[in-house]
Amino acid sequence: MALDKAFKEIPGTIVFDAEQARKGYWLNQFCMSLMKAENRARFKADERAYLDGWKLTEEQKQAVVDRDLNRMMELGGNIYFLSKIGATDGKSFQQMAGSMTGMSEEDYRAMMLAGGRRIDGNRRIGEDGDAQRPRKD
Amino acid sequence: MARITASLYTSHIPAIGAAFDLGKTHEDYWKPVFAGYDFAKAWVKTHTPDVIFLVYNDHATAFSLQMIPTFAIMTGPEFDPADEGYGARPVPKVIGHPELASHIASEVIQQDFDLTMVNEIDVDHGLTVPLSCVFGKVEAWPCKIIPFAVNVVQHPVPSGARCFALGQAIRKAIESYPEDLNVQIWGTGGMSHQLQGPRAGLINREWDNRFLDALIDDPKALAKTPNIDYVREAGSEGIELVMWLIARGAMADVAGGGRPKVAHRFYHVPASNTAVGHLILENVA
Repeated sequence: MALDKAFKEIPGTIVFDAEQARKGYWLNQFCMSLMKAENRARFKADERAYLDGWKLTEEQKQAVVDRDLNRMMELGGNIYFLSKIGATDGKSFQQMAGSMTGMSEEDYRAMMLAGGRRIDGNRRIGEDGDAQRPRKD
Repeated sequence: MARITASLYTSHIPAIGAAFDLGKTHEDYWKPVFAGYDFAKAWVKTHTPDVIFLVYNDHATAFSLQMIPTFAIMTGPEFDPADEGYGARPVPKVIGHPELASHIASEVIQQDFDLTMVNEIDVDHGLTVPLSCVFGKVEAWPCKIIPFAVNVVQHPVPSGARCFALGQAIRKAIESYPEDLNVQIWGTGGMSHQLQGPRAGLINREWDNRFLDALIDDPKALAKTPNIDYVREAGSEGIELVMWLIARGAMADVAGGGRPKVAHRFYHVPASNTAVGHLILENVA
């Protein structure tokens, strides 16, 4: 039984299912490799050469180099894996999450302090909330 | 006989662990978060269990995409805090209870829940942050801990109904253990949060509080909530809340006993990207 299609109808959200996991297998496994200090050092020294040692697609490699987390998610990344790239860059989870919203770091932090993003208008694609901007394909 | 005396529920936000480790607990941002655990810190001194059965999830730390067990019980003797990319947290190692854990595995599998058994694993913030919140800074955790990991990363993840039924099976297993042990069961993760995409930063205060109400008063009905509702209403990472139903399912009232006493309830927004929820329920003798 496939996952209910309702999971694909939530705005600004990619649900990590088997299909995404297959697409992003090596992207996510590359991220896991960054949990070792020596690999982080090798990656930082020459990102392109390090990425070429993994079976990522060219699009995935470019998204990593660009640090485009939304694009990495579309290409099968999962945030808990992708966060290893952020850790390598010395970024907090709040900086990483905020970077996917199009907001500045300050604005995102202020939104969280004010109670976070509202659910109204952000439950289903086509409503009028602030998380409805179209994804890039 | 072993018995479950209480259940404790809490978010396990990594930033709380970082604030704790870096001595930021008295900063204005963090003060209200840690104040929410003052009660638990005092309470646990008079309610120290022999063993905590601690339900959490691994966040791509020990389980990569190589292996994704839906339910994993840790039957080994000890577990180190994991290096999640920022260096391992400076907290004590976790001492397990291999005999009780193996007993639970055996009894629960024979009630048709097919658990994965794990003997060697490093445990991440999902497990260690709740321990820090409740026990504070200590040289050694004051009790044994059986980690129990649930896949809430790759969908489909187990339903609330399945988690609630699993909790009931775990209670039966614990109560059939011959040694006289005081056991607590902790459910961790949540509350509403989303760490990805343009919808990142989602918080749903009303939904979270309704969840807490129902967890206390009518967990059986709450367990029927479909997974899509968690993801839609509480954010893509809010799905972690299904794990709270494992702990709730293990309470006595679910098996016809008395209603639990609500010892403490706490809710605060935000800690980093997340709503903090925390609850302590005691079984009444």
